[in-house]
Amino acid sequence: MLEILAKPWPWYVAGPLIGLTVPILLILGNKSFGISSSFRHICASCFPGRVNFFKYNWRKEIWNLYFVFGIFLGGILTVRFFQNTSPILLNEDLIRELAGYGITDYSSLIPIELFNWNTLFTVKGILLQVVGGFLVGFGTRYAGGCTSGHAIMGLSNLQIPSLIATVSFMLGGFLMANLILPFILSL
Amino acid sequence: MTKSGFIPKEALDEKVVRSTDAICINESELSHHWYHQLKYLAIGVFFGIISVKSEVVSWFRIQEMFRLQSFHMYGIIGSAVMVGMVSIWVIKKWNIKTIYGEPITISPKKFNKGQIYGGLLFGFGWAVTGACPGPLFAQLGMGLSVVAITILSAVFGTWVYGYWREKLPH
Repeated sequence: MLEILAKPWPWYVAGPLIGLTVPILLILGNKSFGISSSFRHICASCFPGRVNFFKYNWRKEIWNLYFVFGIFLGGILTVRFFQNTSPILLNEDLIRELAGYGITDYSSLIPIELFNWNTLFTVKGILLQVVGGFLVGFGTRYAGGCTSGHAIMGLSNLQIPSLIATVSFMLGGFLMANLILPFILSL
Repeated sequence: MTKSGFIPKEALDEKVVRSTDAICINESELSHHWYHQLKYLAIGVFFGIISVKSEVVSWFRIQEMFRLQSFHMYGIIGSAVMVGMVSIWVIKKWNIKTIYGEPITISPKKFNKGQIYGGLLFGFGWAVTGACPGPLFAQLGMGLSVVAITILSAVFGTWVYGYWREKLPH
């Protein structure tokens, strides 16, 4: 059992479990699965300014903040008790491409050569971490949801707008990863 | 939680405000103690553990996905949607209620151009940071402290969107 817990989980285990979050949240309290709204609730609760978009009773959505805090705790627990022992297995082509940008450290699930406090103050670091984060927050709210709210919850509920959003996410990702990111990584 | 058993006009307007973004608009008539929220914390923990164990939180996995170099992420999102779809179908078909006996309602999403413009922008951010919002919180929990900056930027991005909202094409 512990051995299974220590290995990375295959998609056919993880995917259905993630899918189960949808009915669990609905049955526990009529909550629609969505994560990016938490950023909005943080704005509404901490610094609403004079922005109408943040003037609502965020306390009614506080479940969402408990939920994301749980995700944070889940990260802590996984690392503490059943971290993947083997290094991540990736496509050879990707490993070769990344090596070309000097990325060779696979000790973490993210390239720590790119994401650390020292690179944060370089052009590359600002583009990847600060601008990237900004695009995630701005884009998800503009689109009205993220991978969870649109791609999983919205598609599960057969919503055409969510399909349009999901296609846009993927298109944006393809363009960035293949055309623009190589340039950023070579900075 | 409010204790109001009716929906006054202001609350109705507020309901519109909160639903504009298709965020959950559960108007529960019940009031609960704060600790009832802990069940959402537990589901978050469950979700966090799965996403770390399945490497969904990995920047590398996201790069593979956008280069069509691996089936992993497509398998996860695809099977999650399948399970979600069947679950919602069952909930609607059998009219399943919440554990408090309240009806389950899911607000439909309305199309606006933001789903395209915002979707593309989020796609850019997703490929760059290698994380959507959920994984960002999990990564921070994993001890990757610098991700806090990405999360703060995302909160700031959300704020700027809220500030410019009226001026942006929708």
